[in-house]
Amino acid sequence: MTPSTAPDVISLRDITKAFPGVVANDHISLDIVSGQVHCLLGENGAGKSTLISILAGMQQPDAGTISINGVPAAITSPKAAVDYGIGVVHQHSTLVPAFTVLENLMLGETGLMMQKKRAAERLDELSELLGAQIDPHALAADLGLGQQQQVEIAKAIWKGSRLLVLDEPTSMLTPQAIENLSESVARVKAQGLAVVFITHKLREAYAMGDCVTVLRGGRNVGHISVEELATYSEQQAQDAILRAMFGDDLKTVGAEDAAELAGATESTREIRSIDLATRPVRLELLGVSSHGHGRDVEVDDVALQVHEGEILGVAGIDGHGQGALAEVVAGQRSASSGTVRFDGKDVTRLGVRGRQQLGLRYVTDDRLHEGTVGSMSVALNLVIKRIGQRPFWRFGQIQNKAVDQEAARLIAEYDIRTPSPATRAGTLSGGNIQKILLARELTHGARLVVVNKPTYGLDLKTVQLVREILIDFASNGGSVLLLSTDLDELVELSHRIEVISRGRIVGSVTNDGPGTAEKVGHYMTGAIEGVQA
Amino acid sequence: MITEHSRARNIVDGLVRSILPVILALIVAGFIMLAMGSNPLDFFAGVWTYGITGGNWQRSLVLMAPLVIVAVGLIVAFRGQLWNLGYNGQYLLGAVVASGVGPYLFAALPAWLATLIIFVGAILVGAVWSLIPAILKARYGTNEIITSLVMSFIAVGIVNLLIKGPFKDPNTPMPQTAVIPDDQLLPYIPGTEIHVGFVIAIVLALVAQFVLSRTSFGLRMDIFGASPKAARHVGINSTWMVILLFALSSGLIAFAGSIDVLGQYTYQRANWDPHYGDAVMPFVFLARLSPLAAIPLVAFYAILATGGTLAAQQAGLNVDFLLVIVGLILIFMTITEYVGERRRLGQSYLPPGLRRTLVRPFDGMRGRKSS
Amino acid sequence: MSVLSAAFVTVFIATVIAQAMPLLLASVGETIGEQAGVLNLGIEGVMLIGAFSGFVVTLATGNFWLGMLAGAVGGVIANLAMLVLNVWLGLNQIVIGLAITLIGEGLTSVLYLQNYSKSSTSLGTAPELHIPFLADIPVVGPAIFQQSGIFWVSLLLAIAVGFFLAKTNWGLSIRSAGQKPSSLDAAGGSVVKIRSQAVILGGAFVGFGGAYLAELTTATFTPFITNGLGFIAIVITMLSRGRIVFVVITSFVYGLAVAIGPALQVLGFAVPADVIKMLPFIVVILTLIIFARSSVVPPALGAPYTRGAR
Repeated sequence: MTPSTAPDVISLRDITKAFPGVVANDHISLDIVSGQVHCLLGENGAGKSTLISILAGMQQPDAGTISINGVPAAITSPKAAVDYGIGVVHQHSTLVPAFTVLENLMLGETGLMMQKKRAAERLDELSELLGAQIDPHALAADLGLGQQQQVEIAKAIWKGSRLLVLDEPTSMLTPQAIENLSESVARVKAQGLAVVFITHKLREAYAMGDCVTVLRGGRNVGHISVEELATYSEQQAQDAILRAMFGDDLKTVGAEDAAELAGATESTREIRSIDLATRPVRLELLGVSSHGHGRDVEVDDVALQVHEGEILGVAGIDGHGQGALAEVVAGQRSASSGTVRFDGKDVTRLGVRGRQQLGLRYVTDDRLHEGTVGSMSVALNLVIKRIGQRPFWRFGQIQNKAVDQEAARLIAEYDIRTPSPATRAGTLSGGNIQKILLARELTHGARLVVVNKPTYGLDLKTVQLVREILIDFASNGGSVLLLSTDLDELVELSHRIEVISRGRIVGSVTNDGPGTAEKVGHYMTGAIEGVQA
Repeated sequence: MITEHSRARNIVDGLVRSILPVILALIVAGFIMLAMGSNPLDFFAGVWTYGITGGNWQRSLVLMAPLVIVAVGLIVAFRGQLWNLGYNGQYLLGAVVASGVGPYLFAALPAWLATLIIFVGAILVGAVWSLIPAILKARYGTNEIITSLVMSFIAVGIVNLLIKGPFKDPNTPMPQTAVIPDDQLLPYIPGTEIHVGFVIAIVLALVAQFVLSRTSFGLRMDIFGASPKAARHVGINSTWMVILLFALSSGLIAFAGSIDVLGQYTYQRANWDPHYGDAVMPFVFLARLSPLAAIPLVAFYAILATGGTLAAQQAGLNVDFLLVIVGLILIFMTITEYVGERRRLGQSYLPPGLRRTLVRPFDGMRGRKSS
Repeated sequence: MSVLSAAFVTVFIATVIAQAMPLLLASVGETIGEQAGVLNLGIEGVMLIGAFSGFVVTLATGNFWLGMLAGAVGGVIANLAMLVLNVWLGLNQIVIGLAITLIGEGLTSVLYLQNYSKSSTSLGTAPELHIPFLADIPVVGPAIFQQSGIFWVSLLLAIAVGFFLAKTNWGLSIRSAGQKPSSLDAAGGSVVKIRSQAVILGGAFVGFGGAYLAELTTATFTPFITNGLGFIAIVITMLSRGRIVFVVITSFVYGLAVAIGPALQVLGFAVPADVIKMLPFIVVILTLIIFARSSVVPPALGAPYTRGAR
């Protein structure tokens, strides 16, 4: 696309979309102008993704119009979106892992024969724009996340677009890869394309955006135009955005917490420091390598210690062995070598139930399919890890009264919002499902809990609640092994942070002042790009 | 809150969902019969006459014995989301243990002991036969539908070889096993001509119902069936679970075969295969994998099959027409499920206000039908 | 008869081909569906319906080509149930597949016994196509190059499918529908449309294979004539992972396994018929045990596609 004299404008007017029980988009209006990066900011559930699906033609609005340069556009299907020149990089990869880069790029073309040669030429063209060289014949599954994203962007602007939409593109990237991405975005912008950049982190919004629109509860609650943003000081912009994001909640949350939750400022540690030397070691891994049947990255020769009352963070790019580490600690995955010690006792050969009874607990990141059985009641899900144990089972028979009592207790204690204990767990919101998991794992003698991405996909209030629960647990002498891809979260909660890459621990940082995030990011990048750390 | 009213409605819904597909299938089957030049009314009258009236209801109950046990066997596997489709071979293996080894055992041992050994033997053979599909599934995730089916074809071949070879009755030119004398067979329930296998089957179904719905083992099975990942998470050994469920399922189906021979057939011919599993499968689904609910549904099929065999011949059809009816029931079951599932989702997900607007299409349909 | 006798070898090769072709065609049909993410367990029923349709038409008209066409049409009609119930409504593929198998078995058996059990049902032999020069090669010539033209058309069709799957945009769309339907959707393709095309084309091939079985392999129809062939086709499909060349090779290995039995009998070894029937299944289960790890199916196989479902 060559830059035209008059900028293209894509106008959304009063876009409304309701799903059963929730209005995801409520009369949202905004203008997207070519040659600008338009940041769309909002917490999980604010309606960003729905708006993007509508732009991408995946969903139809119940009401409202979209027009391009004043001409109404009916984006009735993903194909129509492509024809209108709207390219979308979705938050979840749309690459087919078993296809090569070229095959992925050609998918959706019409002619009879696949034209590999022409596709390779087009990829060359785009490589310059993206500033990345990608092997066209590599399988998508073999690419790193950063490269996969470059391919996705190439795919989105494959047929010459006027609008590139990036949905939470930074959520999986290292600080350094985010840097590369913002350079690519700048080049794309310079080509005259409009860019919509979606994020829930405030500081990315004004680092990359020419203008910012804030969504909350499905509504457009604030817009800072190009001119305004240019005149605002950083503090002014931040205040304006925070007011929009939190509304009346700003007072209850507190301005400082809000800023931190919204990722406006560098995170700081929130947990009291403890003297590790005086605390007994609760969990110790000695040269542990894991062994599973799947294709996950296994852990390789991992050694770490978690003390009483300590929160040990594990940082890393998603899919670098965090799942295997969590499972090998919880007893779900067997260790092919090494020793797992818990309270000084060798538990390497112990299974999930044995470790559970010793007080070693696990809150999985797959809340919907692993952590809960959606078709079963909330009450059953709360005791599901204690099947066969008294008082819930006697002589192999379930004791419904005891189960209901325990459920009522936990529902009250953790404020789980459910119509009744008999409600099917799968019908609850993500936040309430996470509360079920925490309630179940932290009750009845928990001594150490492994949490994997504990706040991923939750709304800000629940995020704060979950973090408070973990901090409380540690202050009362519990230990936490916190696996997360969110650096801010790790900095806020952890005493120390280990960095995992390709299943190995590649560095360790004590979280005792500013600069922790950079150090962690340094280890992550060093390990991944092969640069000496 | 769950009110009495909505509970009653759930029960009615459940009943409708179980029975409606059968009725629709029978109606469509009737039209197919018409198209083939047969009179469906004659056929259904024949089913009634030969399946229930006179002493025929007793023959239907005798057929129920193996069918109920096969149903329980299928339920055990399906609850764990394991598609054990090797039932034909498993049934025949159990049958041939009774018909082939039986005559030797009965000659040497007291009848009760020989019967016991046959039952245990049949169950073991069935269980062992399921090991290959089970281990392949547990270890490599190989699709058990295919492996169990292929093993079934092999089992059919082995059974035929046995009946034509070592188990053949030397006193007849036909490839069949020796007839087990009447006084060695399972006794009748006093006052009837129904053998005690029927009682065993019903008791088995009741026990299974209790185990599945009330015990920790039943819950573990359901978790495993709902999500193997969740099962692993709560500490259920999935390898062991797959092998155990497969063995139980296959063992029970083989048990049905041995009971059928000792209760009803008294001997086994080569190339004989009653395909009970195919027939029972839809009813197991219609019973929502509940052994208790399967009993009346299986009873219905037992009558249909008992009466239908003669009735089909009278109507100028072939017994295989029953397969068509069973297939139609499966299809109408999925359609009913589709409509029902949409409605149920509407009920549980939606607040009352939204629900009305979303369910209105169905309300409209109902209104039109009734007016 | 000696092993080296020309006539013996000729018959042997012809038998291998005759046994392999129905399976090959059915496996190609199943491959198309499976690559698009639709596992058709009803293939046994679809084959039977194809075989019966072909048989009826050829018996009535005496024309083998018309019979083959009827088989393909029958296969498509049988697969319509899968199309509507699974691809459009998203209902359980396994249950629908079983239903199609049962209805196919029941319907063809009843219709056959009702209409043809008392008359002669041999179709005779299809007209052969003598390929100049090649047909005159001793031993191999009569076995391979004096086949019916249907044989050559079938082979060509199978190769064409392999080419289309691997080289065209349409093939790419089919494969993506089985690998990751959401990608196809996001790229502007229609998952339902692509899967519908795959199911219809697949049905045509499976029905064609059934007709081949009735017309050329056995030259008649009998109830349950497929005897599990459809399920073997599913195994071959799974092991081939979409590679048509592999489908062709394994189909001929199957043909070999089946042809060995009668050959041994001719040579004077008493091989029971039951062993001959079992042999392919034993080969299949051994293959599955040995190659257990590699029987990979497309990730989205069996999963109905709903946009945005979590």
